[in-house]
Amino acid sequence: MSTVAVLFAGMNERRVPELTGERTMASVPFGCRYRLIDFTLSNIVNAGITKVGVLTHYNYQSLMDHLGTGKDWDLARRQGGIHILPPYVTVSGNMNNNLYATRLEALISARDFIADCKDELVLLSDCDLICNMDLSDMIRQHTESGADLTVAVTKKTIGSGIKDVSIVHSDADGRILNVTEFNDNADAEAEPKDVQMNIVVADRRFLLAQLTDALAHGYTSFAKDLLSRGARRYNYRVYRYNGYFETIRSISEYYTRSMELLNPEISHQLFQVKNFPVMTKVRNSVPTTYSGNSMVKNSLIADGCVIEGIVENSIIFRGVHIGKNTSVENCIIMQDGYIGNNVYLNCVITDKTVTIRDGRVLSGHEKRPFYIEKNAEV
Amino acid sequence: MAKKKETVAMLLAGGQGSRLYLLTEHIAKPAVSFGGKYRIIDFPLSNCVNSGIDAVGVLTQYQPLALNEYIGNGLAWDLDRTYGGVMTLPPYQAMKHSDWYKGTANAIYQNMHFIDKFDPDYVVILSGDHIYRMDYAAMVEYHKKMNATCTIAVFDVPLSEASRFGIMNTEPDGRVYEFEEKPKEPKSTKASMGVYVFSKKELYSYLIADEADPESSKDFGKNIIPAMLAAGERLYAYEFQGYWKDVGTIQSLWEANMDLLGETPKLKLLDDDWKIYSRNYTLPPQYVGESAVIKNSVVTEGCEIYGKVINSVLSAGVVVERGAVVKDSVIFENVHICAGAEVNYSVMDANTVVGENVHIGKPIAESSGITLVGSGLDIPAGTVVPDNIRLDNEELKELTKEGANA
Repeated sequence: MSTVAVLFAGMNERRVPELTGERTMASVPFGCRYRLIDFTLSNIVNAGITKVGVLTHYNYQSLMDHLGTGKDWDLARRQGGIHILPPYVTVSGNMNNNLYATRLEALISARDFIADCKDELVLLSDCDLICNMDLSDMIRQHTESGADLTVAVTKKTIGSGIKDVSIVHSDADGRILNVTEFNDNADAEAEPKDVQMNIVVADRRFLLAQLTDALAHGYTSFAKDLLSRGARRYNYRVYRYNGYFETIRSISEYYTRSMELLNPEISHQLFQVKNFPVMTKVRNSVPTTYSGNSMVKNSLIADGCVIEGIVENSIIFRGVHIGKNTSVENCIIMQDGYIGNNVYLNCVITDKTVTIRDGRVLSGHEKRPFYIEKNAEV
Repeated sequence: MAKKKETVAMLLAGGQGSRLYLLTEHIAKPAVSFGGKYRIIDFPLSNCVNSGIDAVGVLTQYQPLALNEYIGNGLAWDLDRTYGGVMTLPPYQAMKHSDWYKGTANAIYQNMHFIDKFDPDYVVILSGDHIYRMDYAAMVEYHKKMNATCTIAVFDVPLSEASRFGIMNTEPDGRVYEFEEKPKEPKSTKASMGVYVFSKKELYSYLIADEADPESSKDFGKNIIPAMLAAGERLYAYEFQGYWKDVGTIQSLWEANMDLLGETPKLKLLDDDWKIYSRNYTLPPQYVGESAVIKNSVVTEGCEIYGKVINSVLSAGVVVERGAVVKDSVIFENVHICAGAEVNYSVMDANTVVGENVHIGKPIAESSGITLVGSGLDIPAGTVVPDNIRLDNEELKELTKEGANA
């Protein structure tokens, strides 16, 4: 069935303030050459969806730069393609000129975009989901089950101290009973729960009616109002997903998720699925050169790098220079980082275009990686 | 729609490149891989766009599929333009004449209507078999300054090698008085690079005259240039400084790849001022495993390295399993080298699977020549492929049959 996708590019910036100072969660660099949105966008394109609206909030320059015309995802189309939907503020309609704060408010602001589509279904998704998922299977199940709305869930054991996770309660038949916010104390480390993945498929007309209703009643919460309240009256169902699925809730989780890519089993599940490529903006880099003295072990390395030193258990983005007699261990070095000679780095995350001068010694810890901000010189 | 362009480039990409043997069995020479993620044609195309020439015709004839697909709409080189851009020009049928391209000059003759769309003053003729960075705009400026009919780019070669090239004998001011194709006793070391700038009007009159001559072999080097010289036209040699390599043979293709390696490589691709563009595909980053050793090599996206890679150039998606060794070799896309296999001093075409413990070639010091391995082969475990051979499917059958008898 024809489907239009609407993506939330910026909902979770507060989780990783270090990386989102000047970018959306969707455009956080990840895995040597990707941005987080590449997973969601590729999943959508791989499912045959060719019209995508991207709801942006603030800091969206880096996102627009990344998406360009959409050509790299095969989304530069006359019919459909990528539509960036920046905040919609009018002089008369919104006296306080408040930007939306929640998913539901964002959707309401994009009502016209959704109303103007001719597609039968709408797929809603966050942009910071790390998974390679066949969304066409979810769409098929939604259609076959006759549901008004289908919510993707995955089983997770949730540790304590985690906020803003919603848990979906459903009957044996897969019909959703209600959706609750994760309760820190009561539910922590209990048995695995059906966690909402923030991927939802709905009938477009049904969704529009719900948005009108929400606007009339002043509802603001997607989980509480649209999902939980709606589940009592309409046919909402779960779609269960068992593959690799992760999100990023802190800088240390960013570090953990990045390091997981060094496990070929995980990176193959994400990047080497036949007919489901993860696409990204291409940069025309030269291949990577390894000098006669380089020593590289268990690392992911992008193109355009010059490696003259030792690299171990690290993620090296495009255009990085690793100097002579330098040792980079357990690090994430983002695009165009320049690491001089005789440097020792351990558990360090350097953002884009960071320079580390000759002879520096820096170390963090696996649990608390040392983060160096964009364009810094050490 | 077309707008006037001062200069139009015509890239001769129809040649078979028979001295590359198996590599050009299914693709034209300009589409042959180079340097991990390039094809030979990326160099002239990037030179064009970096020189500000944005109307480029690519003349194709031999095995054009891979080349057409690769060029596409030219976006990768920023040559997807509303006015101009890159266009592939295959031979075509017409009311009065229908013919293959009979020679380099005839190929241009048949496409004069394409050139006319842009009403240019100058036509740059390029070939698709050289690796070099060159500013064609500077050469056009020189052509204008000398008030020349034709300017030919020349490269200073060692006197001992000069007899392999077309040699330009010039006056001190650069004016060409004689052109000798592969002279036995060369008088100069100025070898033609196959890069010409012509003033369009004069070019057309010589092309038309040449076309009318049934004896002519319709070739720039053999017919057009000598005819211009004989008529006393102003021909000038433009001396090019920098890296230039003809990659028309397996040996020279291997050498050009090796020129990317070393402390100070002869050919540096990492240059933001004169970028060489290529069609990039989204592939995952390269993964270098715990057991891997990579020394003095160029490796690109999609590769997975668990074995040893030394003094080699690997294209996208190459897998080198644990215990496998690749040395002094050039490996094209998606070659899979299984555990324990050893590849020495070889050029391997795409999509071939090298079985466990296979030995290909001999270490460079003992080898009598480069081993060339064709594309899409499945080399069974334990096979020994000798040095200095060209391994295709039939040759492989012979080899494995012998192995069974032994």
